[in-house]
Amino acid sequence: MSDAPKTTALQRTPLFDEHRDLGARLVPFAGFSMPVQYVGVIAEHMAVREAVGVFDVSHMGEFEIRGPDALAFLNWALTNDAAKLRVGRAQYTMLPNDRGGLVDDVYLYHPVDGQYQLVVNASNVAKDWRRLDALAADFDVTLTDRSDETALLAVQGPQAEALLQPLVTASLAAMRKNDVLNTSFQGSPVLLARTGYTGEDGFEVFCNPSAAVEVWRALLTAGAAPCGLGARDTLRLEAGFPLYGHEFSDDLNPLETPFGFAIKLGKPFVGREAMSERPLERRLMGLVLDARGVPREGFAVSDQYGEVAVTTSGTLNPTNRRGIALAYLPLNLAHPGVNLNLLIRDAQAPVHVTEPSFRRAMSPGDASSKQPEAS
Amino acid sequence: MNIPENLKYTKTHEWVRQEADGTCTVGISDFAQDQLGDIVFVELPATGRALAAGAAAAVVESVKTASDIYSPLAGEVLDVNTALADQPELVNQSPYGDGWLFQLRPQGVLVNLMEPGAYASQVESEQEH
Repeated sequence: MSDAPKTTALQRTPLFDEHRDLGARLVPFAGFSMPVQYVGVIAEHMAVREAVGVFDVSHMGEFEIRGPDALAFLNWALTNDAAKLRVGRAQYTMLPNDRGGLVDDVYLYHPVDGQYQLVVNASNVAKDWRRLDALAADFDVTLTDRSDETALLAVQGPQAEALLQPLVTASLAAMRKNDVLNTSFQGSPVLLARTGYTGEDGFEVFCNPSAAVEVWRALLTAGAAPCGLGARDTLRLEAGFPLYGHEFSDDLNPLETPFGFAIKLGKPFVGREAMSERPLERRLMGLVLDARGVPREGFAVSDQYGEVAVTTSGTLNPTNRRGIALAYLPLNLAHPGVNLNLLIRDAQAPVHVTEPSFRRAMSPGDASSKQPEAS
Repeated sequence: MNIPENLKYTKTHEWVRQEADGTCTVGISDFAQDQLGDIVFVELPATGRALAAGAAAAVVESVKTASDIYSPLAGEVLDVNTALADQPELVNQSPYGDGWLFQLRPQGVLVNLMEPGAYASQVESEQEH
């Protein structure tokens, strides 16, 4: 997390007053005052797993890309194949740097012909913009930062479709995962996508900030539980989804993760050679604590010979109350079932290696289990 | 915020109850458990351990963070709340009752502890931030 310096006034999303009135605990995050929880992280996590929750993620950045070279530009700047992205579809993709690492991991939407929208991590908005703006100089494209004029609500959970359908004009049953379209939310124009970052079915609603309170209240009235960044983090971690600044960075190799599906080395992109030349020495894997306790980021992982890795994220999984973590393991240890130790304070605790997704419900054959739905 | 009158408090949000048998029971305040949120793990000191006043004695972990709990006074650990191993949420549900942390045989006199009124003022000022 990159908190803003304390001397800087925190930005507020259009829903700040709503959060405060609901009794949310507000914390600085990426320069915004954001709700970390309303009633509790565990209850909010379970609301999304079992029913439906709604997150204010208006702090995230939105960039609009238009122009004759929009597709060529995006295919040069991003790792996934934007040419495969038909109108009405969205894809998980990455913004590479020149040395085989990432500036950010992002989500690209193609709502209408000739227009694309990138959704980027809140903490990376400025550096993503600098990177894209510099690359755009060689293309006939127009980049517009729409972050301040876009509110974003994520409606997530198995009951998301049923809860949302009466409120929007579009037929949700006809929307597949990663579909995106313009529709009306009780009369307000919104961009609606079947995406999210919880490992659960759900939708993301992009709207004008002036409509955000109305949309938010309608969702709560319909029964969605307000959920904060605390549950957002435990949900993405249980799903095994990476978070920039933890599992990805300017230096970490994204090809050492299960998210290489979003990196198409068969097409040209900026930084492709540097990335493809990096040796694959490690693999991002899950660790499940076989004792009581809570793994955190930065804990040392060791085998009988010594330290082999450091955790990139960790938490207690609210679904089953087990400690879970992610770590880049040496390839010889990156196999499910391998037993290792995790240093928690002054004591070694036993852990075993799993695939990064900690959700049994997601079988390896379920493609959605391998694909972060937004970022 | 519940701040019982029969307890003493610390600046770091522990409470102490002086029992009739001369021992002291220690826990964390209602304000502290509320600030931490869902408590999911409690690490308690070993029975028999000698604690200095202000020593890190226990760790209370919520989903988001781990917090050190400091011994409000010097003494030997006589007993710990073993129920917290299976039910750490007792600290949230009953911070002054079933969610107690450990029991000490105090050494020396109790000093530097806060009266309920002073602690209430501190909590009030922290809530304003």
